[in-house]
Amino acid sequence: MSAELDDLYQEVILDHNRRPRNFRRLEGGQHAEGFNPLCGDRLTVYLQIDDEGRIGDVSFQGSGCAISKASASLMTDSVKGATVAEAARLFDRFQQMITGPADGPIDRLGKLEALAGVRRFPVRVKCASLAWHTLRAALEANEGMVTTE
Amino acid sequence: MPAGSPSSAQTFDVARIRRDFPILQRRVHGRPLVYLDNAATTQKPAAVVDRLARYYREENANIHRGVHALSVEATDAYDAARETVRRFLNAGDAREIVFVRGTTEAINLVAATWGRTHLGAGDEVVVTEMEHHSNIVPWQLACQAAGARLRVAPITDAGELRLDAFEQLLCPRTRVVAVNHVSNALGTVNPVKEIARRAHAHGAVVLVDGAQAVAHLPVDVRAIGCDFYAFSGHKVFGPTGVGALWGRAELLDAMPPYQGGGDMIRSVTFERTLYNELPYKFEAGTPNIAGAVGLASALDYVAAIGLDRIAAHEHELTSYGTDALSCIGGLRLTGTAPGKAGILAFVIDDIHPHDIGTILDRAGVAIRAGHHCCQPLMGRLGVPATARASLALYNTREDVDALAAALRDAKAVFA
Ligand SMILES: Cc1ncc(COP(=O)(O)O)c(C=O)c1O
Repeated sequence: MSAELDDLYQEVILDHNRRPRNFRRLEGGQHAEGFNPLCGDRLTVYLQIDDEGRIGDVSFQGSGCAISKASASLMTDSVKGATVAEAARLFDRFQQMITGPADGPIDRLGKLEALAGVRRFPVRVKCASLAWHTLRAALEANEGMVTTE
Repeated sequence: MPAGSPSSAQTFDVARIRRDFPILQRRVHGRPLVYLDNAATTQKPAAVVDRLARYYREENANIHRGVHALSVEATDAYDAARETVRRFLNAGDAREIVFVRGTTEAINLVAATWGRTHLGAGDEVVVTEMEHHSNIVPWQLACQAAGARLRVAPITDAGELRLDAFEQLLCPRTRVVAVNHVSNALGTVNPVKEIARRAHAHGAVVLVDGAQAVAHLPVDVRAIGCDFYAFSGHKVFGPTGVGALWGRAELLDAMPPYQGGGDMIRSVTFERTLYNELPYKFEAGTPNIAGAVGLASALDYVAAIGLDRIAAHEHELTSYGTDALSCIGGLRLTGTAPGKAGILAFVIDDIHPHDIGTILDRAGVAIRAGHHCCQPLMGRLGVPATARASLALYNTREDVDALAAALRDAKAVFA
Protein backbone atom coordinates (compact mmCIF):
# COMPACT_ATOMS: atom_id res chain seq x y z
CA MET A 1 0.00 0.00 0.00
CA SER A 2 1.29 3.43 -0.88
CA ALA A 3 2.06 6.13 1.67
CA GLU A 4 -0.44 8.38 -0.09
CA LEU A 5 -3.20 5.85 0.50
CA ASP A 6 -2.21 5.50 4.15
CA ASP A 7 -2.39 9.26 4.39
CA LEU A 8 -5.83 9.38 2.75
CA TYR A 9 -7.35 6.54 4.71
CA GLN A 10 -5.81 7.40 8.06
CA GLU A 11 -7.29 6.14 11.27
CA VAL A 12 -9.34 9.28 11.99
CA ILE A 13 -11.06 9.00 8.61
CA LEU A 14 -11.75 5.30 8.97
CA ASP A 15 -13.10 5.88 12.46
CA HIS A 16 -15.47 8.65 11.36
CA ASN A 17 -16.56 6.49 8.43
CA ARG A 18 -17.33 3.56 10.73
CA ARG A 19 -18.90 5.62 13.48
CA PRO A 20 -20.06 8.90 11.98
CA ARG A 21 -20.75 11.61 14.59
CA ASN A 22 -24.01 13.53 14.62
CA PHE A 23 -25.47 10.96 12.25
CA ARG A 24 -29.16 11.60 12.81
CA ARG A 25 -32.10 13.67 11.72
CA LEU A 26 -32.77 17.01 13.39
CA GLU A 27 -36.39 18.05 13.49
CA GLY A 28 -37.56 21.61 13.34
CA GLY A 29 -34.52 23.30 11.84
CA GLN A 30 -33.18 23.95 8.39
CA HIS A 31 -31.88 21.29 6.07
CA ALA A 32 -30.54 20.76 2.55
CA GLU A 33 -29.76 17.77 0.43
CA GLY A 34 -26.49 17.28 -1.43
CA PHE A 35 -25.75 14.94 -4.29
CA ASN A 36 -22.55 13.91 -6.01
CA PRO A 37 -23.67 12.54 -9.37
CA LEU A 38 -20.24 11.10 -10.08
CA CYS A 39 -20.44 8.43 -7.41
CA GLY A 40 -24.00 8.63 -6.17
CA ASP A 41 -23.08 10.06 -2.76
CA ARG A 42 -26.16 11.61 -1.27
CA LEU A 43 -26.50 13.32 2.09
CA THR A 44 -28.74 15.65 4.01
CA VAL A 45 -27.39 18.25 6.44
CA TYR A 46 -29.71 19.43 9.22
CA LEU A 47 -29.08 22.44 11.42
CA GLN A 48 -30.54 24.65 14.05
CA ILE A 49 -29.48 28.28 14.37
CA ASP A 50 -29.84 29.67 17.87
CA ASP A 51 -30.92 33.15 18.87
CA GLU A 52 -27.35 34.49 18.73
CA GLY A 53 -26.95 33.39 15.12
CA ARG A 54 -24.78 30.42 16.03
CA ILE A 55 -25.09 26.87 14.77
CA GLY A 56 -26.66 25.40 17.87
CA ASP A 57 -26.90 21.91 16.52
CA VAL A 58 -25.94 20.24 13.27
CA SER A 59 -26.27 16.70 11.98
CA PHE A 60 -26.34 14.70 8.77
CA GLN A 61 -27.65 11.53 7.21
CA GLY A 62 -27.03 9.76 3.95
CA SER A 63 -24.87 7.30 2.13
CA GLY A 64 -21.52 7.76 0.54
CA CYS A 65 -17.91 6.79 0.33
CA ALA A 66 -15.59 6.87 3.33
CA ILE A 67 -14.24 10.29 2.38
CA SER A 68 -17.61 11.97 2.07
CA LYS A 69 -18.96 10.35 5.20
CA ALA A 70 -15.91 11.12 7.32
CA SER A 71 -15.81 14.66 5.97
CA ALA A 72 -19.47 15.19 6.87
CA SER A 73 -18.89 13.77 10.33
CA LEU A 74 -15.81 15.94 10.96
CA MET A 75 -17.62 18.96 9.59
CA THR A 76 -20.54 18.64 11.98
CA ASP A 77 -18.09 18.41 14.89
CA SER A 78 -16.17 21.45 13.79
CA VAL A 79 -18.97 23.89 12.99
CA LYS A 80 -21.11 23.25 16.03
CA GLY A 81 -21.22 26.50 17.99
CA ALA A 82 -19.76 28.57 15.16
CA THR A 83 -21.46 31.62 13.74
CA VAL A 84 -22.65 31.45 10.17
CA ALA A 85 -19.74 33.68 9.10
CA GLU A 86 -17.22 31.51 10.95
CA ALA A 87 -18.57 28.38 9.29
CA ALA A 88 -18.27 30.02 5.88
CA ARG A 89 -14.66 30.99 6.61
CA LEU A 90 -13.88 27.47 7.75
CA PHE A 91 -15.31 26.09 4.51
CA ASP A 92 -13.04 28.40 2.51
CA ARG A 93 -9.95 27.32 4.40
CA PHE A 94 -10.96 23.66 4.19
CA GLN A 95 -11.49 23.98 0.44
CA GLN A 96 -8.06 25.59 0.09
CA MET A 97 -6.49 22.76 2.04
CA ILE A 98 -7.99 19.94 -0.05
CA THR A 99 -7.32 21.64 -3.38
CA GLY A 100 -3.88 23.01 -2.49
CA PRO A 101 -0.55 21.85 -3.92
CA ALA A 102 0.25 18.26 -2.98
CA ASP A 103 3.37 19.22 -1.02
CA GLY A 104 2.37 22.66 0.27
CA PRO A 105 2.03 23.50 3.98
CA ILE A 106 -1.26 22.67 5.67
CA ASP A 107 -3.28 25.37 7.38
CA ARG A 108 -4.06 24.76 11.06
CA LEU A 109 -7.52 23.28 10.91
CA GLY A 110 -7.51 20.95 13.86
CA LYS A 111 -9.29 17.67 13.25
CA LEU A 112 -10.13 18.68 9.70
CA GLU A 113 -6.43 18.30 8.85
CA ALA A 114 -7.10 14.58 8.70
CA LEU A 115 -8.55 15.24 5.26
CA ALA A 116 -5.43 16.95 3.89
CA GLY A 117 -4.52 13.71 2.10
CA VAL A 118 -7.32 14.42 -0.37
CA ARG A 119 -4.95 16.94 -2.04
CA ARG A 120 -3.16 14.03 -3.67
CA PHE A 121 -6.43 12.58 -5.01
CA PRO A 122 -8.01 15.34 -7.11
CA VAL A 123 -10.92 13.12 -8.20
CA ARG A 124 -11.92 12.76 -4.55
CA VAL A 125 -12.09 16.49 -3.77
CA LYS A 126 -15.82 16.52 -4.53
CA CYS A 127 -16.39 13.72 -2.04
CA ALA A 128 -14.69 15.74 0.69
CA SER A 129 -16.48 18.98 -0.11
CA LEU A 130 -20.00 17.62 -0.60
CA ALA A 131 -20.95 18.00 3.05
CA TRP A 132 -19.68 21.57 3.10
CA HIS A 133 -21.57 22.58 -0.02
CA THR A 134 -24.65 21.04 1.52
CA LEU A 135 -24.04 22.88 4.80
CA ARG A 136 -23.86 26.16 2.91
CA ALA A 137 -27.16 25.38 1.17
CA ALA A 138 -28.73 24.52 4.52
CA LEU A 139 -27.44 27.78 6.02
CA GLU A 140 -29.06 29.64 3.18
CA ALA A 141 -32.18 27.61 4.03
CA ASN A 142 -32.07 26.51 0.46
CA GLU A 143 -34.40 23.55 0.38
CA GLY A 144 -33.45 22.59 -3.16
CA MET A 145 -30.78 20.08 -3.93
CA VAL A 146 -27.14 21.05 -4.43
CA THR A 147 -24.80 18.97 -6.49
CA THR A 148 -21.05 18.96 -6.73
CA GLU A 149 -21.17 19.41 -10.50
CA MET B 1 -12.28 -27.80 -34.43
CA PRO B 2 -15.35 -25.56 -34.31
CA ALA B 3 -14.71 -21.97 -33.39
CA GLY B 4 -15.45 -21.16 -29.76
CA SER B 5 -14.70 -24.65 -28.48
CA PRO B 6 -12.56 -24.87 -25.34
CA SER B 7 -9.41 -25.77 -27.21
CA SER B 8 -9.62 -22.70 -29.42
CA ALA B 9 -9.53 -20.71 -26.19
CA GLN B 10 -6.35 -22.52 -25.20
CA THR B 11 -4.64 -21.62 -28.44
CA PHE B 12 -5.69 -17.99 -28.04
CA ASP B 13 -2.32 -16.21 -27.93
CA VAL B 14 -3.05 -13.42 -25.48
CA ALA B 15 0.63 -12.49 -25.09
CA ARG B 16 0.81 -11.75 -28.80
CA ILE B 17 -2.42 -9.78 -28.68
CA ARG B 18 -1.12 -7.71 -25.79
CA ARG B 19 1.86 -6.68 -27.89
CA ASP B 20 -0.58 -5.14 -30.38
CA PHE B 21 -1.73 -2.61 -27.75
CA PRO B 22 1.08 -0.14 -26.96
CA ILE B 23 -0.71 1.40 -23.97
CA LEU B 24 -0.63 -1.91 -22.09
CA GLN B 25 3.11 -1.34 -21.61
CA ARG B 26 2.38 1.72 -19.50
CA ARG B 27 2.90 2.01 -15.80
CA VAL B 28 0.45 3.78 -13.53
CA HIS B 29 1.51 5.04 -10.10
CA GLY B 30 4.70 3.06 -10.62
CA ARG B 31 2.83 -0.21 -11.21
CA PRO B 32 2.13 -2.05 -14.47
CA LEU B 33 -1.23 -0.99 -15.87
CA VAL B 34 -3.98 -3.56 -15.34
CA TYR B 35 -6.75 -2.22 -17.55
CA LEU B 36 -10.14 -3.57 -16.51
CA ASP B 37 -12.38 -0.70 -17.60
CA ASN B 38 -13.17 -1.95 -21.08
CA ALA B 39 -16.89 -1.38 -20.78
CA ALA B 40 -16.15 2.33 -20.47
CA THR B 41 -13.79 2.32 -23.41
CA THR B 42 -11.35 -0.12 -24.96
CA GLN B 43 -7.69 0.43 -25.75
CA LYS B 44 -6.51 0.77 -29.34
CA PRO B 45 -4.21 -1.60 -31.21
CA ALA B 46 -1.26 -0.09 -33.06
CA ALA B 47 -3.03 -0.98 -36.31
CA VAL B 48 -5.79 1.52 -35.52
CA VAL B 49 -3.45 4.23 -34.28
CA ASP B 50 -1.29 3.80 -37.40
CA ARG B 51 -4.32 3.81 -39.67
CA LEU B 52 -5.49 7.14 -38.24
CA ALA B 53 -2.01 8.58 -38.67
CA ARG B 54 -1.77 7.31 -42.24
CA TYR B 55 -5.14 8.80 -43.08
CA TYR B 56 -4.06 12.22 -41.86
CA ARG B 57 -0.55 11.96 -43.28
CA GLU B 58 -1.44 10.68 -46.71
CA GLU B 59 -5.13 10.75 -47.55
CA ASN B 60 -6.86 13.62 -45.77
CA ALA B 61 -9.46 15.48 -47.84
CA ASN B 62 -13.17 16.11 -47.68
CA ILE B 63 -15.40 13.47 -49.22
CA HIS B 64 -18.10 13.53 -51.88
CA ARG B 65 -17.15 17.00 -53.04
CA GLY B 66 -13.83 17.07 -54.79
CA VAL B 67 -12.67 16.15 -58.22
CA HIS B 68 -9.11 15.95 -57.04
CA ALA B 69 -7.20 12.78 -56.26
CA LEU B 70 -7.11 13.12 -52.47
CA SER B 71 -10.84 13.66 -52.26
CA VAL B 72 -11.40 10.55 -54.32
CA GLU B 73 -9.09 8.53 -52.07
CA ALA B 74 -10.74 9.82 -48.91
CA THR B 75 -14.18 9.07 -50.33
CA ASP B 76 -13.08 5.56 -51.29
CA ALA B 77 -11.68 4.95 -47.81
CA TYR B 78 -14.89 6.22 -46.20
CA ASP B 79 -17.09 4.07 -48.45
CA ALA B 80 -14.88 1.06 -47.81
CA ALA B 81 -15.29 1.64 -44.06
CA ARG B 82 -19.05 1.49 -44.47
CA GLU B 83 -18.75 -1.80 -46.30
CA THR B 84 -16.53 -3.12 -43.48
CA VAL B 85 -19.21 -2.24 -40.93
CA ARG B 86 -21.86 -3.91 -43.10
CA ARG B 87 -19.83 -7.11 -43.24
CA PHE B 88 -19.09 -6.97 -39.51
CA LEU B 89 -22.80 -6.84 -38.65
CA ASN B 90 -23.78 -9.10 -41.56
CA ALA B 91 -26.18 -6.44 -42.77
CA GLY B 92 -27.69 -6.88 -46.21
CA ASP B 93 -26.77 -3.56 -47.73
CA ALA B 94 -24.16 -0.86 -47.00
CA ARG B 95 -26.88 1.77 -47.54
CA GLU B 96 -28.31 0.59 -44.23
CA ILE B 97 -25.19 1.67 -42.32
CA VAL B 98 -25.27 5.25 -41.02
CA PHE B 99 -22.12 6.65 -39.44
CA VAL B 100 -22.86 8.51 -36.21
CA ARG B 101 -20.90 9.74 -33.20
CA GLY B 102 -21.65 6.62 -31.23
CA THR B 103 -24.39 4.55 -29.64
CA THR B 104 -25.92 7.57 -27.96
CA GLU B 105 -26.34 9.46 -31.20
CA ALA B 106 -27.63 6.38 -33.00
CA ILE B 107 -30.40 5.88 -30.45
CA ASN B 108 -31.24 9.58 -30.41
CA LEU B 109 -31.45 9.53 -34.18
CA VAL B 110 -34.01 6.72 -34.17
CA ALA B 111 -35.97 8.04 -31.18
CA ALA B 112 -36.17 11.51 -32.72
CA THR B 113 -36.93 10.69 -36.35
CA TRP B 114 -38.72 7.38 -36.22
CA GLY B 115 -40.35 8.53 -33.00
CA ARG B 116 -41.59 11.76 -34.57
CA THR B 117 -43.37 9.93 -37.36
CA HIS B 118 -44.49 6.74 -35.61
CA LEU B 119 -45.25 7.59 -31.98
CA GLY B 120 -48.61 9.05 -31.07
CA ALA B 121 -50.64 9.75 -27.97
CA GLY B 122 -51.27 6.57 -25.99
CA ASP B 123 -48.57 4.58 -27.79
CA GLU B 124 -46.04 2.66 -25.75
CA VAL B 125 -42.28 2.23 -25.78
CA VAL B 126 -40.83 -0.75 -23.93
CA VAL B 127 -37.34 -0.70 -22.39
CA THR B 128 -35.83 -2.85 -19.63
CA GLU B 129 -34.69 -2.14 -16.08
CA MET B 130 -31.09 -2.75 -17.10
CA GLU B 131 -30.83 -0.08 -19.82
CA HIS B 132 -28.06 2.49 -20.02
CA HIS B 133 -29.30 6.09 -19.70
CA SER B 134 -28.68 6.48 -23.41
CA ASN B 135 -31.37 3.87 -24.12
CA ILE B 136 -33.81 5.49 -21.67
CA VAL B 137 -33.61 9.26 -21.97
CA PRO B 138 -34.00 9.54 -25.78
CA TRP B 139 -37.18 7.46 -25.48
CA GLN B 140 -38.44 9.61 -22.62
CA LEU B 141 -37.95 12.66 -24.82
CA ALA B 142 -39.76 10.98 -27.71
CA CYS B 143 -42.59 9.85 -25.41
CA GLN B 144 -42.98 13.35 -23.97
CA ALA B 145 -43.17 14.86 -27.43
CA ALA B 146 -45.76 12.33 -28.59
CA GLY B 147 -47.76 11.82 -25.42
CA ALA B 148 -46.63 8.21 -25.44
CA ARG B 149 -45.82 6.07 -22.46
CA LEU B 150 -42.55 4.42 -21.41
CA ARG B 151 -42.99 0.89 -20.06
CA VAL B 152 -40.22 -0.93 -18.22
CA ALA B 153 -39.66 -4.68 -18.37
CA PRO B 154 -38.36 -6.05 -15.06
CA ILE B 155 -35.33 -8.22 -14.39
CA THR B 156 -34.60 -11.02 -11.93
CA ASP B 157 -32.23 -10.66 -8.99
CA ALA B 158 -29.56 -12.40 -11.06
CA GLY B 159 -29.92 -9.69 -13.68
CA GLU B 160 -31.85 -11.51 -16.38
CA LEU B 161 -34.77 -10.04 -18.27
CA ARG B 162 -38.04 -11.59 -17.11
CA LEU B 163 -39.30 -12.70 -20.48
CA ASP B 164 -42.76 -13.57 -19.14
CA ALA B 165 -43.23 -10.10 -17.68
CA PHE B 166 -41.77 -8.56 -20.83
CA GLU B 167 -44.28 -10.46 -22.93
CA GLN B 168 -47.11 -9.18 -20.75
CA LEU B 169 -46.10 -5.59 -21.47
CA LEU B 170 -46.47 -6.11 -25.20
CA CYS B 171 -49.78 -4.97 -26.60
CA PRO B 172 -51.19 -3.42 -29.76
CA ARG B 173 -50.03 -0.01 -28.50
CA THR B 174 -46.40 -1.11 -28.30
CA ARG B 175 -44.56 0.71 -31.08
CA VAL B 176 -40.95 0.04 -30.19
CA VAL B 177 -38.91 -2.24 -27.96
CA ALA B 178 -35.45 -0.89 -27.09
CA VAL B 179 -33.10 -3.26 -25.31
CA ASN B 180 -29.38 -3.73 -24.87
CA HIS B 181 -27.67 -6.77 -26.33
CA VAL B 182 -25.25 -6.97 -23.42
CA SER B 183 -25.73 -5.03 -20.17
CA ASN B 184 -22.81 -2.77 -19.33
CA ALA B 185 -23.52 -2.98 -15.60
CA LEU B 186 -24.35 -6.69 -15.25
CA GLY B 187 -22.85 -8.48 -18.24
CA THR B 188 -26.18 -10.14 -19.00
CA VAL B 189 -26.48 -11.24 -22.62
CA ASN B 190 -30.08 -10.63 -23.58
CA PRO B 191 -31.97 -13.09 -25.81
CA VAL B 192 -32.37 -10.43 -28.47
CA LYS B 193 -33.54 -12.84 -31.13
CA GLU B 194 -36.39 -14.06 -28.94
CA ILE B 195 -37.17 -10.49 -27.85
CA ALA B 196 -37.36 -9.40 -31.50
CA ARG B 197 -39.61 -12.34 -32.38
CA ARG B 198 -42.06 -11.58 -29.60
CA ALA B 199 -42.02 -7.81 -30.23
CA HIS B 200 -42.64 -8.34 -33.94
CA ALA B 201 -45.59 -10.57 -33.16
CA HIS B 202 -47.15 -7.45 -31.64
CA GLY B 203 -46.16 -5.22 -34.53
CA ALA B 204 -43.43 -3.32 -32.67
CA VAL B 205 -40.03 -2.43 -34.10
CA VAL B 206 -36.93 -3.47 -32.18
CA LEU B 207 -33.82 -1.42 -31.49
CA VAL B 208 -30.84 -3.25 -30.04
CA ASP B 209 -28.16 -1.26 -28.19
CA GLY B 210 -25.05 -3.19 -29.12
CA ALA B 211 -22.51 -0.96 -27.34
CA GLN B 212 -21.29 -3.78 -25.09
CA ALA B 213 -21.72 -6.62 -27.57
CA VAL B 214 -19.64 -5.86 -30.63
CA ALA B 215 -16.23 -6.31 -29.00
CA HIS B 216 -17.21 -9.50 -27.21
CA LEU B 217 -19.45 -11.73 -29.29
CA PRO B 218 -20.33 -12.25 -32.95
CA VAL B 219 -23.19 -10.03 -34.08
CA ASP B 220 -25.44 -10.86 -37.01
CA VAL B 221 -28.26 -8.35 -37.33
CA ARG B 222 -30.15 -10.49 -39.79
CA ALA B 223 -30.00 -13.55 -37.55
CA ILE B 224 -31.17 -11.44 -34.61
CA GLY B 225 -34.03 -10.16 -36.72
CA CYS B 226 -34.07 -6.71 -35.12
CA ASP B 227 -34.83 -3.47 -36.96
CA PHE B 228 -32.11 -1.16 -35.66
CA TYR B 229 -28.70 -1.93 -34.16
CA ALA B 230 -26.42 0.69 -32.59
CA PHE B 231 -22.80 0.60 -31.47
CA SER B 232 -19.82 2.83 -30.63
CA GLY B 233 -16.41 2.51 -32.27
CA HIS B 234 -14.49 3.31 -29.09
CA LYS B 235 -15.87 0.24 -27.33
CA VAL B 236 -14.57 -2.05 -30.06
CA PHE B 237 -10.94 -0.85 -30.16
CA GLY B 238 -11.71 1.99 -32.57
CA PRO B 239 -11.48 5.77 -32.14
CA THR B 240 -13.86 7.89 -30.07
CA GLY B 241 -16.42 10.03 -31.85
CA VAL B 242 -17.56 7.46 -34.36
CA GLY B 243 -20.07 4.64 -34.34
CA ALA B 244 -22.73 3.16 -36.52
CA LEU B 245 -26.44 2.72 -36.74
CA TRP B 246 -27.79 -0.14 -38.79
CA GLY B 247 -31.44 0.07 -39.78
CA ARG B 248 -33.65 -1.76 -42.22
CA ALA B 249 -33.65 0.20 -45.48
CA GLU B 250 -37.43 0.43 -45.68
CA LEU B 251 -37.58 1.93 -42.18
CA LEU B 252 -34.71 4.34 -42.76
CA ASP B 253 -36.24 5.39 -46.07
CA ALA B 254 -39.51 6.29 -44.39
CA MET B 255 -37.85 8.30 -41.61
CA PRO B 256 -37.37 12.07 -41.85
CA PRO B 257 -33.78 13.37 -41.70
CA TYR B 258 -32.17 13.86 -38.30
CA GLN B 259 -30.13 16.98 -39.02
CA GLY B 260 -30.12 19.26 -42.02
CA GLY B 261 -27.06 20.51 -43.85
CA GLY B 262 -24.56 19.65 -46.50
CA ASP B 263 -24.26 16.12 -47.93
CA MET B 264 -27.75 15.11 -46.80
CA ILE B 265 -29.49 16.84 -49.70
CA ARG B 266 -30.05 16.16 -53.37
CA SER B 267 -31.15 19.68 -54.24
CA VAL B 268 -31.96 22.77 -52.26
CA THR B 269 -34.06 25.78 -53.11
CA PHE B 270 -35.60 28.16 -50.61
CA GLU B 271 -38.97 26.66 -51.43
CA ARG B 272 -38.13 22.99 -51.24
CA THR B 273 -35.30 20.60 -50.47
CA LEU B 274 -34.98 17.09 -51.78
CA TYR B 275 -33.11 14.76 -49.45
CA ASN B 276 -30.29 12.55 -50.47
CA GLU B 277 -30.60 8.80 -50.67
CA LEU B 278 -29.57 6.41 -47.90
CA PRO B 279 -27.40 6.58 -45.94
CA TYR B 280 -26.37 10.16 -46.77
CA LYS B 281 -29.79 11.48 -45.76
CA PHE B 282 -28.70 10.88 -42.16
CA GLU B 283 -25.14 12.17 -42.46
CA ALA B 284 -25.45 15.93 -42.58
CA GLY B 285 -22.19 17.85 -42.72
CA THR B 286 -18.62 16.62 -42.96
CA PRO B 287 -18.57 13.32 -41.10
CA ASN B 288 -15.83 11.88 -38.92
CA ILE B 289 -13.95 10.50 -41.91
CA ALA B 290 -10.79 9.54 -40.06
CA GLY B 291 -12.93 8.00 -37.34
CA ALA B 292 -14.80 5.81 -39.81
CA VAL B 293 -11.56 4.72 -41.43
CA GLY B 294 -10.04 3.97 -38.01
CA LEU B 295 -13.17 2.09 -36.96
CA ALA B 296 -12.91 -0.09 -40.05
CA SER B 297 -9.34 -1.01 -39.18
CA ALA B 298 -10.47 -1.90 -35.65
CA LEU B 299 -13.23 -4.15 -36.99
CA ASP B 300 -10.75 -5.78 -39.36
CA TYR B 301 -8.44 -6.39 -36.40
CA VAL B 302 -11.20 -8.02 -34.36
CA ALA B 303 -12.50 -10.06 -37.27
CA ALA B 304 -9.02 -11.41 -38.02
CA ILE B 305 -8.77 -12.79 -34.49
CA GLY B 306 -12.36 -14.01 -34.57
CA LEU B 307 -15.15 -13.03 -32.25
CA ASP B 308 -15.89 -16.66 -31.43
CA ARG B 309 -12.39 -17.06 -30.08
CA ILE B 310 -12.53 -13.73 -28.27
CA ALA B 311 -15.82 -14.74 -26.65
CA ALA B 312 -14.39 -18.09 -25.58
CA HIS B 313 -11.32 -16.42 -24.05
CA GLU B 314 -13.45 -13.90 -22.18
CA HIS B 315 -15.86 -16.56 -20.93
CA GLU B 316 -13.02 -18.58 -19.54
CA LEU B 317 -11.61 -15.46 -17.87
CA THR B 318 -15.03 -14.47 -16.54
CA SER B 319 -15.49 -17.78 -14.78
CA TYR B 320 -11.93 -17.61 -13.45
CA GLY B 321 -12.69 -14.09 -12.19
CA THR B 322 -16.02 -15.13 -10.72
CA ASP B 323 -14.25 -17.84 -8.71
CA ALA B 324 -11.45 -15.50 -7.64
CA LEU B 325 -13.81 -12.77 -6.46
CA SER B 326 -16.20 -15.17 -4.78
CA CYS B 327 -13.39 -16.16 -2.40
CA ILE B 328 -13.22 -12.61 -1.05
CA GLY B 329 -15.26 -12.34 2.13
CA GLY B 330 -18.10 -9.83 2.08
CA LEU B 331 -17.98 -9.48 -1.71
CA ARG B 332 -21.23 -9.92 -3.61
CA LEU B 333 -21.38 -10.04 -7.39
CA THR B 334 -24.16 -8.00 -8.96
CA GLY B 335 -25.16 -9.71 -12.17
CA THR B 336 -24.86 -13.48 -12.18
CA ALA B 337 -26.84 -14.40 -15.29
CA PRO B 338 -25.71 -17.71 -16.82
CA GLY B 339 -23.52 -17.20 -19.88
CA LYS B 340 -22.92 -13.56 -19.10
CA ALA B 341 -20.26 -11.51 -20.85
CA GLY B 342 -17.00 -10.35 -19.24
CA ILE B 343 -18.40 -7.93 -16.67
CA LEU B 344 -17.53 -8.53 -13.02
CA ALA B 345 -19.59 -6.03 -11.05
CA PHE B 346 -19.68 -6.24 -7.28
CA VAL B 347 -20.15 -4.60 -3.94
CA ILE B 348 -18.19 -5.30 -0.76
CA ASP B 349 -19.71 -4.96 2.71
CA ASP B 350 -18.79 -1.68 4.38
CA ILE B 351 -16.54 -0.45 1.56
CA HIS B 352 -17.98 2.05 -0.86
CA PRO B 353 -17.18 1.30 -4.53
CA HIS B 354 -15.54 4.70 -4.86
CA ASP B 355 -13.03 3.85 -2.15
CA ILE B 356 -12.39 0.50 -3.82
CA GLY B 357 -11.72 2.35 -7.08
CA THR B 358 -9.19 4.69 -5.48
CA ILE B 359 -7.29 1.91 -3.73
CA LEU B 360 -7.22 -0.25 -6.87
CA ASP B 361 -6.00 2.68 -8.95
CA ARG B 362 -2.93 3.04 -6.73
CA ALA B 363 -2.20 -0.61 -7.45
CA GLY B 364 -2.33 0.14 -11.18
CA VAL B 365 -5.71 -1.56 -11.53
CA ALA B 366 -8.22 0.51 -13.52
CA ILE B 367 -11.86 -0.29 -12.84
CA ARG B 368 -14.97 1.85 -12.74
CA ALA B 369 -16.97 2.67 -9.64
CA GLY B 370 -20.36 4.34 -9.77
CA HIS B 371 -23.79 3.90 -11.25
CA HIS B 372 -22.48 3.13 -14.76
CA CYS B 373 -25.11 5.38 -16.32
CA CYS B 374 -27.72 2.93 -15.03
CA GLN B 375 -29.30 4.75 -12.10
CA PRO B 376 -32.66 2.94 -12.43
CA LEU B 377 -30.82 -0.39 -12.37
CA MET B 378 -28.90 0.64 -9.23
CA GLY B 379 -32.27 1.39 -7.64
CA ARG B 380 -33.52 -2.05 -8.66
CA LEU B 381 -30.42 -3.68 -7.16
CA GLY B 382 -30.81 -1.58 -4.02
CA VAL B 383 -27.27 -0.16 -4.13
CA PRO B 384 -26.10 3.42 -4.77
CA ALA B 385 -23.22 2.21 -6.89
CA THR B 386 -21.13 -0.83 -7.76
CA ALA B 387 -17.50 -1.49 -8.61
CA ARG B 388 -17.03 -2.99 -12.04
CA ALA B 389 -14.16 -4.80 -13.69
CA SER B 390 -14.82 -5.32 -17.39
CA LEU B 391 -12.75 -7.62 -19.55
CA ALA B 392 -11.52 -7.53 -23.12
CA LEU B 393 -9.55 -9.81 -25.39
CA TYR B 394 -6.16 -8.65 -24.03
CA ASN B 395 -6.91 -9.40 -20.37
CA THR B 396 -5.27 -12.31 -18.61
CA ARG B 397 -5.54 -14.40 -15.48
CA GLU B 398 -2.70 -12.27 -14.11
CA ASP B 399 -4.91 -9.21 -14.51
CA VAL B 400 -7.66 -10.92 -12.54
CA ASP B 401 -5.14 -11.99 -9.89
CA ALA B 402 -3.95 -8.37 -9.58
CA LEU B 403 -7.56 -7.30 -9.14
CA ALA B 404 -8.18 -9.86 -6.41
CA ALA B 405 -4.94 -8.94 -4.62
CA ALA B 406 -5.79 -5.23 -4.69
CA LEU B 407 -9.26 -5.99 -3.36
CA ARG B 408 -7.67 -7.81 -0.45
CA ASP B 409 -5.58 -4.68 0.20
CA ALA B 410 -8.74 -2.61 0.19
CA LYS B 411 -10.33 -4.97 2.68
CA ALA B 412 -7.27 -4.69 4.90
CA VAL B 413 -7.57 -0.89 4.93
CA PHE B 414 -11.17 -1.07 6.03
CA ALA B 415 -10.81 -4.08 8.32
C1 LIG C 1 -24.96 -0.45 -22.96
C2 LIG C 1 -24.50 0.90 -23.40
N1 LIG C 1 -25.28 1.65 -24.17
C3 LIG C 1 -24.90 2.86 -24.61
C4 LIG C 1 -23.70 3.41 -24.25
C5 LIG C 1 -23.34 4.78 -24.75
O1 LIG C 1 -22.26 4.73 -25.59
P1 LIG C 1 -21.55 6.07 -26.08
O2 LIG C 1 -21.26 6.87 -24.85
O3 LIG C 1 -20.32 5.59 -26.77
O4 LIG C 1 -22.51 6.76 -26.99
C6 LIG C 1 -22.85 2.68 -23.43
C7 LIG C 1 -21.55 3.25 -23.01
O5 LIG C 1 -21.24 3.40 -21.87
C8 LIG C 1 -23.26 1.40 -22.99
O6 LIG C 1 -22.46 0.67 -22.20
